[in-house]
Amino acid sequence: MSELQAQLHEWLDALQRRVPAAPAWLGGRWNRPGIPLLLGILIVFPLLFSGTSGFLQATIYALGYVVMALGLNIVIGFAGLLDLGYVAFYALGAYAVGWFGSGFISGAHINVLAGPNPAFGIHLNFILLLVCATIVTSIAGMIIGLPTLRLRGDYIAIVTLAFGEIIGTMVINGSNISLFGQPLTAGNLGISSIDPPWFPGTGDFGLLNLRPWYWLILAIAVVCVFVAYRLRDSRLGRAWIALREDEVAAVSMGIPLVKTKLMAYAIGAAFGGMSGVFLASFDQTVNASQFEFSFSIFIVSMVVLGGIGSIPGSILGALAISYINFYLIPDVLNTIPHAIGLNFDLTDLSIGIYGFLLVIVMVLRPQGLWPEQRRKRELAGEVAPELTELAEPSAGGVTAG
Amino acid sequence: MSAITTAQTVRERAAGPLQFLRRRVGSWGLIVALLALPLYYTIHDLTVGYQAGLTASGHPIFHHNLTVIGINLAEGLSNGAIWALIAIGYTLVYGIIELINFAHGDVFTMGSFTGASIWTTLGLTLATGPLGLILGLTLTLIVTMFVTGSLNVLIERVAYKPLRNAPKLAPLITAIGFSFVLQNVGLLWQGGNPVAVEDLINNGHVLFNISGVPIYNRYVLAIGMLIPLVLALNWFVHRTAPGRAMRATAQDPEAARLMGINVNNTISLTFMLGGMLAGAAGIIYALYGANMWYFQGFQAGLYAFTAAVMGCIGNIRGAVLGGLIIGIVQQLCNYRLGTQWTEAVIFVYLIIVMVLRPRGLLGEETREAG
Repeated sequence: MSELQAQLHEWLDALQRRVPAAPAWLGGRWNRPGIPLLLGILIVFPLLFSGTSGFLQATIYALGYVVMALGLNIVIGFAGLLDLGYVAFYALGAYAVGWFGSGFISGAHINVLAGPNPAFGIHLNFILLLVCATIVTSIAGMIIGLPTLRLRGDYIAIVTLAFGEIIGTMVINGSNISLFGQPLTAGNLGISSIDPPWFPGTGDFGLLNLRPWYWLILAIAVVCVFVAYRLRDSRLGRAWIALREDEVAAVSMGIPLVKTKLMAYAIGAAFGGMSGVFLASFDQTVNASQFEFSFSIFIVSMVVLGGIGSIPGSILGALAISYINFYLIPDVLNTIPHAIGLNFDLTDLSIGIYGFLLVIVMVLRPQGLWPEQRRKRELAGEVAPELTELAEPSAGGVTAG
Repeated sequence: MSAITTAQTVRERAAGPLQFLRRRVGSWGLIVALLALPLYYTIHDLTVGYQAGLTASGHPIFHHNLTVIGINLAEGLSNGAIWALIAIGYTLVYGIIELINFAHGDVFTMGSFTGASIWTTLGLTLATGPLGLILGLTLTLIVTMFVTGSLNVLIERVAYKPLRNAPKLAPLITAIGFSFVLQNVGLLWQGGNPVAVEDLINNGHVLFNISGVPIYNRYVLAIGMLIPLVLALNWFVHRTAPGRAMRATAQDPEAARLMGINVNNTISLTFMLGGMLAGAAGIIYALYGANMWYFQGFQAGLYAFTAAVMGCIGNIRGAVLGGLIIGIVQQLCNYRLGTQWTEAVIFVYLIIVMVLRPRGLLGEETREAG
C-alpha cells in the first residue's frame, strides 16, 4: 500500500513540475510556452474524433463540470465555506434556460437574437441567458449565504444542504405552483424543446455535430479558469484566504466579513449558473429530477479529489470524475465482465465503483491529486519533519494513541 | 474559542439597540417556530373543524375536536422514535470526531435488509405465535445490531481512521464514498424497487384507544424499543468505564490520551454503538411499514441528521428530542400539506434552527456554532 502511495505521489509531483505555471498576466510565471500550446491542442482536439463520438460527448460534459468545480472551489477552497447545496445553482441556471430560452412560458412572445424559433415563449440569445443566469444565481447565492454568516464549519454544510434540498423540492412541485396562470416548472415531466445556442453565422447547434458545443464550453471554461486565477490573486481572493485561515485575525485586520463571505457565495454560484445554462442547452431538457443532492456531492467530490483550493486540482478532479462516470464505467469497463465470461453489466455496480474509487483515492492521497501550493507548504514545508508532531499536537496525537 | 469571539463581535456589531429583542428571539424564537405548526392545526381543527364524513343525504359532517391532531401526534411520535435512534448514531459520531457520517443512513438500510433476511431464514410468520415471534425477533435484533455495529466499525477503520490528520473534508468524501458502496450493495441485494416484507407484528392492528386516538401495534413497537435502548445507552455512557472514556474523548482527545484512554478503541466503540442503534432502527422501520428500500437510508439519514442538529449535536437526549420533533413535523406535513412538501418543510425548520439557535434546543455554546 505505502509503495503504491509513494509511487502515486512521485508521479503526480513529477507531473506538477512538468506543467508550466500560468503566465504573468494570469498571476504566475511566464517562463515556458505551455499555455498557448495547451490551448492550441485543446482547440484542435475535437477534430480527432467524429462529430458524434461518445468520447467527445463525455468531454463536453466534463468541461461543463470543470466550470462548476471551479465555482465551488471558490466557495469551499478559497473562502473555506463548505457548500453542500451547489445543485441549487445548477437548477437555477438550468431553469433560466427553461424559462427564457424555450417555449415554456407560452403566453409571452419575445425573441431577442435567438435565431429561428417558434413565435411563442421567451427566447433570449445564449449570451443573454448566461448573463441572466449569472445575475439570478449570484443573488440566490447571497440569500443562501446570509443565514450561514454566524456559523462555521459543518454547520454551514448543513444549511447549504437544506437550501439545496428546498430548491430541489420546489422545482419538483413547481408544476403545481402557478403564477399568473403559468406553472413555475414542469416538474418531473421536464421542459423540453430548449433552444439550441444560436449565434449569427453559426446557425443552430445540432447533436449530429458536437464540435461547436465543445468549442463553446471550452471558451466558457477558459474564461472561468482565467477569472478564477485572477480572483485568487486579487485583493478579494487574499481576503478569502485570510478569512479561511483565521477569521478573527482577518476581521481584526479590517477585512469586511459579511461582504467578503457573500462575494464568495455569489461568485461561486454564478459559475454554477453559467454551467447550468450550458448543460441544460446541451441536454435539451430541464427536468426536476436532475437536481438531487447527489449532484452537489458529485461536484464536492471533484473539488476535494483535485485538492481543496487548487485551481488545476479542481480541473483535474472534475475531468477525472466525469470521465469515470460518463466514459470509463459505461463505455470502457462495461464490456470487461462479458469478456472474462461473467454475465452481468458493470453499470449495475457503477455507484459502488464510484464510491470505492472515492474512498481509495482519498485514503491514499488525502490532500488531493494536485494540492494547492499554500496548503502543501502548510502540510510539509514550514516545520522541520521532526518538529511536526510538536507543532500539531492534536493532529499527531490521535493516531499515535 | 476563536469562533465564539468572532460570532460575538459580529453579533454585537449587528445588534445595537435591538440586542434585547434579538436575545429574546434567540432563546424563544425556535420554540415558537416549532409550536407554530401543531398550534395552528389545533386551532384550525377546533374553530373551522375537519370533515369527518358525509350524512346520508350527502352533506359533509364537520367535527370540532382534537382527535385528528391527536392521531397526527401519536403517529408523529412513533415515526420520530425511528429517526431518534438513527440520530443518536449521528450525534455520537459527531460528538467524538466532528464528522458527518454520511454512510450512517445506509447502515440503517443494511439493518433493515439484514433483519428481514434473518427472520425469513428463521421462518418467522404471523402464524408462529407470540412466544416464537418474540424470541425470533429478539434473536434477529441481537444479530442485526451486531452486524450493523461491526459494519460501522469496519467503515471507520477503513475510511476514517487513516484520515485523522487529513484536511477535514477528506473523511467527509470517504463517508460519501462508503454511502455509495452500501447503496450499491443494497441495490444488488434487494433490487431497485421498494420490497414488501412479512408483516410480523400485525402493524395495523389497533391495540387500544385513548379518547378516540387509536394506538396501533406499530406505535407500541417503535416507542417500546426506543425507551429501553435509550435508557441502556444512557446507562452505558454515564455509568461505565468505556462510557466515561467516550465522554472524555469527545471533550478533548489529547487529554484523554494522556490519561491513558485508548482513543482509537474508544472511537471504534462509538461507531459500534451508533451502528447497533441504526440496526435496531432498521428493524423497527421494516416492521413498522412492512416494507424497505435500498434508498430509504438517504432520506432517513437527512431527517435524522436534522434531528441531531435540532436537539444539540453531541447530546443523546437532544437527538431523541429532535427525532421526536422531526417525526411530528413530518407527520403533520404528510397529513395536512401533502407528502411532496414534507422534505422542504423539514429543511426550512433546519434553517430556522440554524439561524435562531445554532447550538440546538438543549445545547450550550459550542466551538462550531457561536
